Amino acid sequence: MQLNQLTISELTAKLARREVSAREVLQSCLDQIGRVDGKIHAFLSHDADDALAQADAADKLLSEGGSAGRPLLGVPVAVKDVLAVKDQPLNCGSKILGQFVSPYNATVVDKLKAAGAIVFGRLNMDEFAMGSSTENSAFGVTRNPWDPTRIPGGSSGGSAAAVAADEVIAALGSDTGGSIRQPAALCGCVGLKPTYGRVSRYGLVAFASSLDQIGPFTKNVRDAATMLGVMGGHDPRDSTSVPQPVPDYAAALTGSSPDGPTIKGLKLGLPKEYLIGGLDAEVKSAVDAAVKTFQELGAEIVEISLPHTDYAVATYYIIATAEASANLARFDGIRYGRRVDGADPVELYSKTRGAGFGDEVKRRIILGTYVLSSGYYDAYYLRAQKVRTLIRNDFLKAYETVDAIITPTTPTAAFKIGEKSDDPLQMYLSDIFTISCNLAGICGISLPCGFTKNPKLPIGLQLLGRPFGEATLLQIAHAYERGTGWHSEKPPL
Amino acid sequence: MASAEIDIKYVAHLARLQLTPDEEKKLGAQLGHILGYIEKLNELDVAGVEPTAHAVPMVNVTRPDEIRPSLSPEDALRNAPARANGLFMVPKIVE
Repeated sequence: MQLNQLTISELTAKLARREVSAREVLQSCLDQIGRVDGKIHAFLSHDADDALAQADAADKLLSEGGSAGRPLLGVPVAVKDVLAVKDQPLNCGSKILGQFVSPYNATVVDKLKAAGAIVFGRLNMDEFAMGSSTENSAFGVTRNPWDPTRIPGGSSGGSAAAVAADEVIAALGSDTGGSIRQPAALCGCVGLKPTYGRVSRYGLVAFASSLDQIGPFTKNVRDAATMLGVMGGHDPRDSTSVPQPVPDYAAALTGSSPDGPTIKGLKLGLPKEYLIGGLDAEVKSAVDAAVKTFQELGAEIVEISLPHTDYAVATYYIIATAEASANLARFDGIRYGRRVDGADPVELYSKTRGAGFGDEVKRRIILGTYVLSSGYYDAYYLRAQKVRTLIRNDFLKAYETVDAIITPTTPTAAFKIGEKSDDPLQMYLSDIFTISCNLAGICGISLPCGFTKNPKLPIGLQLLGRPFGEATLLQIAHAYERGTGWHSEKPPL
Repeated sequence: MASAEIDIKYVAHLARLQLTPDEEKKLGAQLGHILGYIEKLNELDVAGVEPTAHAVPMVNVTRPDEIRPSLSPEDALRNAPARANGLFMVPKIVE
């Protein structure tokens, strides 16, 4: 195995023993980027000199025995182009930000750096995180490492593809309606969406503020636990972050026995509403097999009902677009980004936004503005917020009897580039299994659970946990992963 | 719920978003289609249901009213499309 293929726990062990240097690890990632990124296009840019300087600083700390309290010392982590990294470009996959350079770090970036990570690279995404395929990036599509004619998922498609293609050890993404879990499923890596409020969003460019969360992409569940342990926690600079202690998620996976804590006796819910018509037969059989694995591991499977599932996509596209139309008002050509001049401010705003935003962003701004406009607010936005309550209550009721919920992450494996790009509604419906989690504000994880036969494409299993129930969620995912070998398969690059 | 007809020019003006005639036509048709789908929320009885604005019920998050470090004027102006004398330059607003 090459260094760039290793997990966080494997790497940190080697680094602590000084078997390898952080510079060698980073160089191995840079070499892989040079070798495969022309084909994948996961990265929009990366500052190799800055990353190597960080690696040298990590090596200095390692030589001084400084790994205590720094669980990511020397580990390269790349970030989605929606998170601020001081003195690095930030474009959100859009033309409208022009030559924007971040004047400060996002809180998660500060936390990663304090934990010793080498934070580098800008990963491709759907413009302003709006999309499910990364085809909406203004800088070209990212390709799926398992089949370059297919999409990697989205909106964090670059993050998922970079981790799956071993261009980086871990990555950050954001998830508003599935933008971490869906691409993780389609690229065959682990993607975690934490509970709303678990991770500070300071320095994340806002899409839909009541739904957005930042989360990690990793090569296995243990690494996701390590990342969340670093990223989580209250931040006075994000008033929606929750002052609740952050448990040692990674340590909780080890438990008292060498195989980790048992999931014997835990109850897992199988929602009957998720076995829908559009569910691909191979995806269904992979999830059925996963259910059997959980039974063999001693979990009890319970059929449950989430009766408002069918209304989630419609609810989401009202709430998310309404919030987006307000959040994206700040891109007006006055304080930063591109400007197209006009005779007066209103003309300047309209021309700048017309020239700077892509099709999907325009579509959502118009829809969001419409549902909030005078005379329509009650009929659309307020009604959607009430349906949101019903959806959230479905989950809270289910968690009275089950510890987590099992679903497919997506109805199908990765689709072809261009297949759905002319039909926005079909694209929206591909998010059907991931959207409810954001509306309910709970946590969710996607992990590999098999492959389609021909072509060979990854299939993702989604586990949904209680609010702030990440520790249990990760234990369940970890138990499954140990019982199978799907996560260690590599794409043919 | 209202009909799925959008006055696209009016909404684009509210959003301060200039659209080409082609975009108006294409967006109008697509949004009509999406709003048609959204109509399904009318099937539900939401009488007496409280709206959820936020999944975590936190209210009145405050901090002490104290001076804290913030962006320097230079950092704040760093990405400005046009600037002069430590200020953002904009078109004339008042005659």
